[in-house]
Amino acid sequence: MSVSEFMQHLANGTSLGSLYALMAIGYTMVYGILRLINFAHGDIFMIGAYLTYYGIVYTSLPWWAVFILAPVLTGIMGLILEKLAYKPLRGSPRITVLISAIGASFLLQNLGTLVFGGRPKAFPIPKMLSGTLKIGGVSIAVISIVIPIITIILLLTLTFIIQKTKTGMAMRALSKDFETASLMGININKVISTTFFLGSFLAAVGGIMWGIKYPQLVPLMGVVPGLKCFIAAVIGGIGNITGAVIGGFILGLGEILIIAFLPTLTGYRDAFAFVLLIIILLVKPTGLMGERQAEKV
Amino acid sequence: MKNNNLIKSLIIIGLTIIALIVMNKFLDSYLKRIVNLCAIYIILGLSMNLINGFTGLFTLGHAGFMAIGAYTVAILTMPVAMKEMNFYMKPMVPFLLNLKMLEIPFLPPAASEFLWFIFALLMGGLLAALCGFLIGAPVLKLTDDYLAIATLGFSEIIRIVFTNTQSITNGALGLKGIPPRNHLLWAWSFAILTIIFMYSLMSSSYGKALKSIREDEVAARSMGINLFKHKVLSFSIGSFFAGVGGGLLAVSIGTIDPALFKFSLTFNILLIVVLGGMGNIKGTAISAIIITVAMEALRFLDEPINIGPIHTNALPGLRMVVFSLILMIVIIFKKDNVFKSTLQKARGRYAKDR
Repeated sequence: MSVSEFMQHLANGTSLGSLYALMAIGYTMVYGILRLINFAHGDIFMIGAYLTYYGIVYTSLPWWAVFILAPVLTGIMGLILEKLAYKPLRGSPRITVLISAIGASFLLQNLGTLVFGGRPKAFPIPKMLSGTLKIGGVSIAVISIVIPIITIILLLTLTFIIQKTKTGMAMRALSKDFETASLMGININKVISTTFFLGSFLAAVGGIMWGIKYPQLVPLMGVVPGLKCFIAAVIGGIGNITGAVIGGFILGLGEILIIAFLPTLTGYRDAFAFVLLIIILLVKPTGLMGERQAEKV
Repeated sequence: MKNNNLIKSLIIIGLTIIALIVMNKFLDSYLKRIVNLCAIYIILGLSMNLINGFTGLFTLGHAGFMAIGAYTVAILTMPVAMKEMNFYMKPMVPFLLNLKMLEIPFLPPAASEFLWFIFALLMGGLLAALCGFLIGAPVLKLTDDYLAIATLGFSEIIRIVFTNTQSITNGALGLKGIPPRNHLLWAWSFAILTIIFMYSLMSSSYGKALKSIREDEVAARSMGINLFKHKVLSFSIGSFFAGVGGGLLAVSIGTIDPALFKFSLTFNILLIVVLGGMGNIKGTAISAIIITVAMEALRFLDEPINIGPIHTNALPGLRMVVFSLILMIVIIFKKDNVFKSTLQKARGRYAKDR
């Protein structure tokens, strides 16, 4: 493999890894606070991409306005989802909530088929973001450079929110100890809503960039990325935001580079994430950066 | 009292068999397929209920084990010529290609065909159980949602492997022309056997051990129950029945391909188990029948609707929207009762479950 080919794969893997990281954050934040795998997160991602599609094609808004508006709307949808599907079950056994999440995921997929139609839609790519750049003989798609930059900006903003604001502090407290924190006068509902809003917002941004990278929208587009990003969150240590980002990059880069070096394994691309998940769960169930929690009897 | 129950169950079984023979004679092939599917879903629902409901291990890997059973039965029962016709992209591994029915001497061909089919189904179940054992041994130390996601991962891996091993499974093209076994008694006798097996397992000491693991792992362990052994046992038996169910599905519909064994298949089974009640054999059997019939009966939802003044275009997806809503509504309104047994209900608020 030549150097330029390797660089292309590297850029491709980095941008895929950034997308995984954006979505994995949503999983990890929700899990940190509610101990719930938000199965519907991948479908929120799908809805974000579709809202953008409809915003660009059916309204006269400029594309950048849609790119901001659609994630906000998706964030609100995530918030509503929590109110309808998860809030009534707060305090129930974890498996009960998980089944509700699986139901919500199927509901969103099929509502997507119903409302958006099952036929694939071509994502409208703004001119500025299409095309390729040539850097020293290596041609790289513009979007492969834009994605990591946007990811980094969003991550810094998120870190600021979590570390410096009052809501962020409440989030951290809730994920450390839910009961004690709720006794300290934290408005649990508000914090959980914020968490879902932020997670869904990031997922929608991921969905938009996914649409530019792979410009074909189908209602089931969120299923496989959703599962993979959950795996990314587990690899990094679920509940840990830095871990989720690292897990996302490991998964994205690993997936692309393994195929680049061993093309015979192309058909097994989707299996890579699951194999990695099982290895991690067996060797270090808490993930790379997770803390070990003692089992309380 | 016990005798009374036995007589009652024998009468019910007898009536079911008579009803099946009558239905087999008079129903058309479409309705027969639905009745067959009911039996298959009873087997699948019970096998998931054994793992999820009785033992309290939440797994989502059923589609994968079904795939193993279905492919095993298909490969064992398909005639060599049919296999050659299917594998036109890439020839099949010669060993598997030449696998065919053993003619048992002194028996009429129909009888050896009969025995061979049962052998194939058992092989499908045993292979699925073996896989369940191999998978279960490492992952069953995980709990709750981690176990769910790991088993889901395994079922996806099985599907991806089957899609890619072209010379064994014919890849994405699937297998067509599996010799059909449409007589209703086939699937239903296995369903009845499964129900009887589950009842006797649950009243045995093994069943009680499994239930005690669900109630409280720590307490069960301190009573001398080998947690690991019982969990693996329950998981392997569940996989066995999933494999048998998959095999029956293959001979009932006649065509299989990896796309059939997606997560949505597991979703259907989960819906049956949740609706029927976790750890409830009778409930699972009844809800399997209701869900299977409803899945077919509500097909009109996906089509254009013309009722009096109401006209709509075709609405693909509406049917599954209804079923996902059913699942969510059931789970939200039943809340804690979905999993809790009488013992836990009695402990009430003191039962801490986080």
